[in-house]
Amino acid sequence: MKQQVNQPGSTPQSLIRNFCIIAHIDHGKSTVADRILQLSGVVDAHDMRNQFLDKMDIERERGITIKSQAVRVPWAVDGTEYTLGMIDTPGHVDFTYEVSRSLAACEGAVLLVDATQGIEAQTLSNLYMALDDDLEIIPVLNKIDLPSAEPEKYGEEIANLIGCDPDDILRVSGKTGEGIPELLDTIVKKIPAPHGDPDAPARALIFDSVYDSYRGIVTYIRMEDGEIHSRERVRQMGLGSAHDPIELGVISPDMQPTQSLGAGEVGYIITGVKDVSQSKVGDTITTEKNPATEVLPGYREPEPMVYAGIFPMDNVDYPDLRDALDKLVLNDASLVYQPETSVALGFGFRCGFLGLLHMQIIVERLRREFGLELITTAPNVHYRVIAEDSSEITVTNPSEYPEGKIRAVYEPVADADIITPKEFVGDVMDLCQEHRGNMKNMEYLSTERVDLHYELPLGEIVFDFFDQLKSRTKGYATLNYELSGEQEADLVKVDILIQGERVDAFSAIVHRDKAYAYGVMMTKKLQKLIPRQLFEIPLQAAIGARIIARETISALRKDVLAKCYGGDITRKRKLLEKQKAGKKKMKMLGRVEVPQEAFIAALSTDDTTDRDTREKIRAAKKKASL
Amino acid sequence: MSELDTTGTPDSRGWEIPTIGGVDWQDNPDPVEESDPLGLGKGVYRSEGKVPRGFRPTASPQALEKLRQDYQHAGEQAAAFEQGKDIPFEVYVHVPFCYRRCGYCDFNTYTTMDFGEGASRENFANELIKEMELYALWQQSAGMKLKPASTVYFGGGTPTILPAADLVRMLTRVRQIWGLLPANLQPDNLGYEASTEANPDTVSEKSINELAEGGFTRISLGMQSAVPHVLQVLDRTHNQANVVSAVGWAKKAGLSTSLDLIYGAPGESVDDWKRSLDAVLSLEPDHISCYALTVAPGTKMGQRIAHGELETPRDDDEAHKYEIACEQLAQAGYQWYEVSNWAKPGHEDRHNLGYWRGADWAGLGPGAHAHAGNLRSWDTRHPKVWTRQVEAGILPWAGHEIITGQEAREEKLMLSLRLYEGIAFDELVSTIADGDVTQRAQAREQVNSFCEQGLLERFTDKSGQLRVRPTVKGKLLNDGMIEAFLG
Repeated sequence: MKQQVNQPGSTPQSLIRNFCIIAHIDHGKSTVADRILQLSGVVDAHDMRNQFLDKMDIERERGITIKSQAVRVPWAVDGTEYTLGMIDTPGHVDFTYEVSRSLAACEGAVLLVDATQGIEAQTLSNLYMALDDDLEIIPVLNKIDLPSAEPEKYGEEIANLIGCDPDDILRVSGKTGEGIPELLDTIVKKIPAPHGDPDAPARALIFDSVYDSYRGIVTYIRMEDGEIHSRERVRQMGLGSAHDPIELGVISPDMQPTQSLGAGEVGYIITGVKDVSQSKVGDTITTEKNPATEVLPGYREPEPMVYAGIFPMDNVDYPDLRDALDKLVLNDASLVYQPETSVALGFGFRCGFLGLLHMQIIVERLRREFGLELITTAPNVHYRVIAEDSSEITVTNPSEYPEGKIRAVYEPVADADIITPKEFVGDVMDLCQEHRGNMKNMEYLSTERVDLHYELPLGEIVFDFFDQLKSRTKGYATLNYELSGEQEADLVKVDILIQGERVDAFSAIVHRDKAYAYGVMMTKKLQKLIPRQLFEIPLQAAIGARIIARETISALRKDVLAKCYGGDITRKRKLLEKQKAGKKKMKMLGRVEVPQEAFIAALSTDDTTDRDTREKIRAAKKKASL
Repeated sequence: MSELDTTGTPDSRGWEIPTIGGVDWQDNPDPVEESDPLGLGKGVYRSEGKVPRGFRPTASPQALEKLRQDYQHAGEQAAAFEQGKDIPFEVYVHVPFCYRRCGYCDFNTYTTMDFGEGASRENFANELIKEMELYALWQQSAGMKLKPASTVYFGGGTPTILPAADLVRMLTRVRQIWGLLPANLQPDNLGYEASTEANPDTVSEKSINELAEGGFTRISLGMQSAVPHVLQVLDRTHNQANVVSAVGWAKKAGLSTSLDLIYGAPGESVDDWKRSLDAVLSLEPDHISCYALTVAPGTKMGQRIAHGELETPRDDDEAHKYEIACEQLAQAGYQWYEVSNWAKPGHEDRHNLGYWRGADWAGLGPGAHAHAGNLRSWDTRHPKVWTRQVEAGILPWAGHEIITGQEAREEKLMLSLRLYEGIAFDELVSTIADGDVTQRAQAREQVNSFCEQGLLERFTDKSGQLRVRPTVKGKLLNDGMIEAFLG
């Protein structure tokens, strides 16, 4: 590894450039970051793993970045070594808040756009955030090595958006490394140096904190003013707590302990606290000896938008699930959870997530990192319900929905941006219409692509909107949304009854117009998923006491092996034992055995509207209107 | 499962150390390669050259010779045993040969005439008789008494593919080794039963007479269907006329007769099924078996169904046809005694009843299963390998299991609930739950609930004991019900 001239704690601010990369998933951010690490010499070519910065397996597998990382890399321009603080940012809409944290630690942002795809909705929203923060934007088109790259066309689009000259847009290839040195040069030249006061009392912004199972909480900080020494007791100004740092350091690209960190530098601090709530993101760190008086501007706390129940397949795993969530939350303060008991699914947790992807990632991590087998209920949002007596409750779980008369229900609404090629505008508008969307306006980003602004109920977005958007636009449209308020809506709770017993896990709060569709779809799905048993099983959907859909699983008529002679006995006993073992994995709802796969499949959001389903929905609606 | 009859000094397993034939098996000089893994008595699992692992009774050559001489006496001696509550002993012989393989068949059978190395149709009876001797030797080495067989059953395959003389020779050897139980020692005073399965195409008046004269008492003919297009789907070659004449010859020869039918074949209508039932009834056999077509994935028919060439048999259709069979056969005076079996009084297949009532039996021939006390064992499936083992003096077992506790209870439920005679209510309860009072109360409730749901019926037997047996619905849902009991 190359020896760096600029040492942490003694690097003048004029030689520091802190930047982040704003990009859509798959636009090659991690590849560009990898290339930067390699060119700067902090990673040997043979040590190079692809996507060095994405540490978690899931990130690597899905090719997305969940947690931001901050790496210190040297880069020389005209014989002077500069120190670049590269802060990796997540690209997905669910992690917008993490992007905003990263932006606050930088003076500039590289806007990385795939030259074969053009800018996407989430990138746009992150770009606007960066512009709001007065960051210097360096527009870059990536993947120019691909034959399908159209740098002219998408360069034009970017130029229109940020008001630059199309010729100023850099063209790079993370894959071949082409243009990366020029990009680094441009970063040094265009992004302003930090301008904190090196002599003032120390102030450092916590822009992230992660849990490491060996080291405890690692807190990422950006020094604004002054300096912090490794043996100096530090204080979190917001929380008011003080700690003796165990270690202070920079990441380049592995953790390197240092004696001190000076103004403008990005690094980490380990204080031995055990959970992330003790190391609050957005808080300001100062020294106990010479404390600052004013805190740095912090961040808005992320709030969960989507809720779902997570239950262990086998209830004996409940304590393990609890431990796993306790560990995950150390790393991800945006996850909230509280115990929930379901009649059908037993003990579990009602969890709040930032969005659907966040939910999928958490569930996946619980499965993979903790080896848990889980059932998750259908995601829903939170509702404000005003009862007849004016009492008000917030419902995050259909089972909390009040039984009696209801005066009003309010649902959260979101402002959504959908960028789509113009040929799909009609399909997108239909989709939004079906999901009770209100069009706000429509802008042409270029002659080819359109940015549609809609107001959509959040509950409609989280259920299956994104998948449908992708399928109706052949994967081209992108979505970004932001909570904007709430609206009164005609919502009802639909219950599903198996043999007359309500199965809480299948209850849903839906718009009255969709209640029939939900009822018919669920009863039909369950009819297919629950195996025939020794008796007939009625399946019903109901709003309150009113049945809106009904299916029947007819009784099994034959379940016997015709022959059971000498040699069949052992075979048959083994078969019985196997079936018995399989039965242990069944959930008993009253007398009815329901395979766990049935829960998973019934709760999945795939589109199963075949003709029969559509006809039944129509019939049910008609009946209701009579 | 009750214990084996033991006399003399019981060893740690409760089995006596045998001294039959004057040979003390404890002093066997043969080297032991592997200690007795089963605790079955003297003998080891071993392989010999290219002969795979089998179970070798470790008898010395002199002992073996002595035993051969004693066979005659052993049979007589065994026949003289007081029957009492003794567990019946049966002999099953598997003949693994067919002229052609039927599309639905997944039995262990081969159309090859001669595999070489003595594994052939021609030489089969000789090899099988050697296995009989090895089995008897093992029984003795394990401390079991040789006792007369109450039934002998030749199944397949197509046993009648062999000359009648071979079948008679094998039956005679059973008589010599174990004896055949005379009528006066049978509880029903009927004497032993010796059955063979037969394909209507492989019998003649002459061969049937030969079987009857050689000691056979019963013949079971595979008729399957009376409807040509159904027979064709099943790959059956015989025509109805052959069935008619075979039944006639058998009756004339004094054999008890049985016919097999299969229902639920692809393309079989309800009327087709009724026609087959009518055809069977018009022949007035003593015994009728009706089997729902079961398609195994590996069979030709399984593949044709998987490829969509044939439709999948539907459970609801089979259930309907079963109900029709129950009704028509009962009307014609046939009493069901097991899920798939009906008989005129006194003509129940006692050999098969033995399987369900927990008899012991020697299972001989490739792939045959045997049962002795709490041991179930099974022979090597391939005739060539099986022959090598027999030739090497190895009891050609491919594997075994010891049935105890939970497994024994599972078998008890699985077998007794298929029968008309059913199971005593209290025994059923204690078989479902062997635990505490609460568990037994729950089991009792479960049994009562199945009675209320019409799956089981209560009845009182001659001795005034309360028993339960499956109803028609309970027979159709037999496996589901047993699974529910096993919880």
